[in-house]
Amino acid sequence: MKKCRELVAERAFLLSALASSSITVAILAFMVFMGLPLMRQGGLYQLLLKPWAPYQGSFGIYPMIMGTGAISLLSLLFAFPLSLGCSFLIGSIAPKPAGRGFRRLIELMTGIPTVIYGFVGIFLLVPIVRELFQRGSGLCILTAALVLGIMITPTMTLFFCDSFDRIPRTYLDAADALGASPVQKLLYVILPAAKNGMLNGVILSLGRAVGDTLIALMLAGNAVRVAESVLEPARTLTAHIALVIAADYESPEFRSIFACGVVLYLFTMAVTFLVRYLSFTKDTTV
Amino acid sequence: MKKFSLVQLVLIISALLACSPAFADSLAPFKGEKGVLKISGGTAHIPVMKEAAQKIMIMNPEIQISIAGGGSGVGIKQVGEGLVDIGNSGRKATDEEISRYQLKLYQWAIDGVAPVVNPQNKVKELTKSQMIDIFSGKVDNWKMLGGEDRNINIYTRDEASGTRAVFWKKGLDKGPITPGAHVVVSNGAMKSAIAQDPYGIGYVSVGHIDETVAPVALDGVVPTIQTVQEGTYKVARGLYSNTKGEPTGLTKKFIDFLYTPDGKKIIEKRGFIPAQ
Repeated sequence: MKKCRELVAERAFLLSALASSSITVAILAFMVFMGLPLMRQGGLYQLLLKPWAPYQGSFGIYPMIMGTGAISLLSLLFAFPLSLGCSFLIGSIAPKPAGRGFRRLIELMTGIPTVIYGFVGIFLLVPIVRELFQRGSGLCILTAALVLGIMITPTMTLFFCDSFDRIPRTYLDAADALGASPVQKLLYVILPAAKNGMLNGVILSLGRAVGDTLIALMLAGNAVRVAESVLEPARTLTAHIALVIAADYESPEFRSIFACGVVLYLFTMAVTFLVRYLSFTKDTTV
Repeated sequence: MKKFSLVQLVLIISALLACSPAFADSLAPFKGEKGVLKISGGTAHIPVMKEAAQKIMIMNPEIQISIAGGGSGVGIKQVGEGLVDIGNSGRKATDEEISRYQLKLYQWAIDGVAPVVNPQNKVKELTKSQMIDIFSGKVDNWKMLGGEDRNINIYTRDEASGTRAVFWKKGLDKGPITPGAHVVVSNGAMKSAIAQDPYGIGYVSVGHIDETVAPVALDGVVPTIQTVQEGTYKVARGLYSNTKGEPTGLTKKFIDFLYTPDGKKIIEKRGFIPAQ
């Protein structure tokens, strides 16, 4: 009786595991299949490297790839020092109860829906950026990257905190015994020891920045030209999908968003594998 | 919790009771009807369609009305192929489409598309050729038009937008729109973008204009509901509902509802001009 029940449970789990993993593969297959007619028409090259001009019959997603790259990397640039400071404050500098309080606050921040960030960005940051630089509309790469940076900071901070916590107590005690100041401890003990864990945090935050739709859609201006400066508007892949999804579903415009989907999918997959690879090497070295 | 839902229930019921007498006459034909009505196509129509459908379905829960978008082309194609009962379009179906699908066209409203700027902007009048130069990116500073020495921020809509289609065709004479233009997703988003940006220019459905944005007179004609109605403001279009062949039953009743006083009230409320 017990054995039979165990068998059933085993099969059920196997089935659910199979289902979820096959769905992941099926989504990729579906996107490739739907995007195929367009890829065949002009080749992958044309799709990836041409500008977006549907009225001239050009459905390239190059400006969107550039937009995604620029906005997400810039947001990482803003988020990294912010997260480093936050996590160091929580982990080392602040007294224990205050540190714990900060941590709870940051955990809370990870749960704020991105649309809220976008909304606040429109009303607070956009006019400031516009008047500060006296150029453009304020809806630009810089604004989107700033807000996106704030959005991914909690995630990154928590990852940093966790990797700081994993550092063996003895290392820190040894540094204290040698009379190291908190800053010296950070630079020579904590950062080298937590390097891999921090890298994981950075990569996963990058994945979050690339995958976010609403902030870029609301704040980046969505222009289809490759921006020449961070004060110009740009469109990300995710925003592009959101904008084109209303098009006639037989049209090449609509087909092209599957190419965007494939690019995003492959990028996320690359990020995941990179994280796996890094955690693997960490396990062997430390 | 239980108490709360009870309160809600009472509120909903009283709201229903309050609504129903006002619409009783126009909705009378729907009594005793049942079935499914499928609508798709033009996105500009959706607010009107939704409100009409709500009124009808609240009065008679036996009727189910589904509303999808897709754009004018999709609406015409789907109704022609019998996939939906009513296909909406923000343009008149071409003669070829009408003869191929035996379409019946019902124009129930007129919608103007007006260029708008921020109320702070001094430039409130442009010629068509100036407009074309602005949107193509040739004129890129307000100073060249008598305004402040600031770059012009151009706002446009996504390619599936019917509002974009009519503005591009009749407002810009099919002139190019610069790829550097900001793209927003709806008439509402356009309005809030222009309301926020003192140096922006965009275009919205005339019904969306309020004190937060200022309409720009095009060749001397200020776009308002009146000038669109008189026909002096030319950047306008009809909103159509199309059926395959003569409509019958629920489909006919739904279209007829749009021409009743209550239907017209909904159309007006959504910022369109009901067809006479």
